[in-house]
Amino acid sequence: MTVLNKARISTGAPAVPARRRKPISARAYKVFRVVALVVVVLFLIAPLFWMLLASFKTNVDIYDAGKSFLFSPTVENYANVLQRNNYFVFITNSFSVAFVSTALSLVLGVPAAYAMSRFTMHRSALVVLMARVIPGVSLLVPWYYVFSNLKMVGGFEALILSHMFVALPLIVYIMMSYFDSLPLELEESAQVDGLTPIGAFRRITLPLSVAGMATAGILSFIFSWNNFMFALVLSGSKTKTLPVAIFDFVSYASIDWGGLMAAATVVTIPIMIIALFTQKYIVSGMTAGATKG
Amino acid sequence: MSVQTAPRSASSRRSDRTTGARENFSGWANRHRKWLFAAPAMIFVGVLIVFPLAWTVYLSLTDSHGSVRAASEFVGLQNYATVLSDTDRFWPAVTRTLSFTGVALACEILLGLGVALLLWRPFRGERWVRVAILLPLVATPVAVGMMWRLILDPNIGLVNQLLGLVGIPPQPWLSGQDTALGTTIFMDVWQWTPMVVLILLAGLTSLSDEPDEAARMDGANAFQRFFYVTLPLMMPTMIVAVLLRGIDALKTFDILYATKGKGGGSFHEVETLNVYAYGLSFDYNQYGLSSAVLILFFMIIIGTMWLLTMRKKAASK
Repeated sequence: MTVLNKARISTGAPAVPARRRKPISARAYKVFRVVALVVVVLFLIAPLFWMLLASFKTNVDIYDAGKSFLFSPTVENYANVLQRNNYFVFITNSFSVAFVSTALSLVLGVPAAYAMSRFTMHRSALVVLMARVIPGVSLLVPWYYVFSNLKMVGGFEALILSHMFVALPLIVYIMMSYFDSLPLELEESAQVDGLTPIGAFRRITLPLSVAGMATAGILSFIFSWNNFMFALVLSGSKTKTLPVAIFDFVSYASIDWGGLMAAATVVTIPIMIIALFTQKYIVSGMTAGATKG
Repeated sequence: MSVQTAPRSASSRRSDRTTGARENFSGWANRHRKWLFAAPAMIFVGVLIVFPLAWTVYLSLTDSHGSVRAASEFVGLQNYATVLSDTDRFWPAVTRTLSFTGVALACEILLGLGVALLLWRPFRGERWVRVAILLPLVATPVAVGMMWRLILDPNIGLVNQLLGLVGIPPQPWLSGQDTALGTTIFMDVWQWTPMVVLILLAGLTSLSDEPDEAARMDGANAFQRFFYVTLPLMMPTMIVAVLLRGIDALKTFDILYATKGKGGGSFHEVETLNVYAYGLSFDYNQYGLSSAVLILFFMIIIGTMWLLTMRKKAASK
């Protein structure tokens, strides 16, 4: 960015005297920009903050408008969620399903993305990317039938397979655009130096792709952690993941708002912490392939 | 040339010494690495897609219901006729799906472009704004739905409290028959505008500065430069954003189920095609009908994507 700014100043050289005092419209834009950004940040953060606040309130306080911000905080809701509702089990479930399905999808997806990128297998890539387009419900009926015949409904295998179905296309998509951007010369010179093509992939390309694999892996972990529909149908009482477990706090008769908000916080906080530390990777994954023609 | 061939012959000499079987396998693997690498992933996806999809097509031609294992009769296109003449549930669901997607996308692209332009040039505190943009994006959609349920609750919700302060009467939001769909659109906009911002920002930063500079030299003002230079150059990126977001918006399920439950609420006020098909399959066990709905839904998705890809090709030219 600094390079760009320098370029602008040098091309604008004749106009330097006028630049010293910025025109009113430029100053007005600066003020407008600050105000607008503050509004945007508040709009995005305030609801999450409200959820966090409510998770520390008793249900009586939640119903009391006078205690919106001033209340005596309680951890009763969290104790309820973690102890009585066995959330540690669901946290472990969510984590293992997300972790295993991401790892397996990387093993399958990275070589596939490599082949599709290097041999420009556009039609094959399209088959894998179709998985992103298909409505999940249309897969669930046949899956449910097959998995229940194999006695796999309610087990982790079925859940992991279904989550891999979400993870794999994502990983192939991100890794393809990563391999596309990796120069071919490195592999070629490695092969000239005596490595086989697969050897060059293993020793040269893979080590250079760690950042890309991190991007793909983190995003796929997040998508799997957040996935709801597949777990809703395929998980059992022992294999329930967090997004499904949230519904324990909702019944037709009443909603335990405090417990519900604590549960929602427990689901979202781990993923948000991961996101804060891996911000760079998430942004590059979300925007992968978006800027090429 | 001689420099290049020397190491190669050295390596072949080395591999001559390894056992024949191993050499054969590695030679075979290297020759066929294209399919060796791609096949496992493709077989996995193929088995998990092609087979269920074929089955869905088959089911849509039968009267399968109750249990998939129960005997079913082949009824031809009758399910499609039933579905297409169903003005009670199917067509309203189509309208809801399309208006949900259309309105949400329009808001997300407009707001996303606005925010991306605000973030385009570097400024102090940029890091914090970026964190704020990231958080809704990664939040679990079901939890987001629950969060808005509390905030928009007609009696105890924060939004109605705040509206009360400025003298606006409480609104029903999610529990209103006419307001529910709009409210879920709002939730979708809150969660996914950040993704559009990220994509458009990546597009903006990849733009070359030269066209903008040239227009500036020619005396174009900021608005002219935006509408006649930046916006046309951003068109392909914007269509990518519409494509990626559009596919997901058409298939929205989590927040609708989390806020309104089965069947899209008691009056089906947020019942989109995905919610309708889910209910037919797993609440009513009408597999034949639901498969017909899904095939039609799938065709709508493919059709929309095809139109957008055509637009993208036209825009890139």
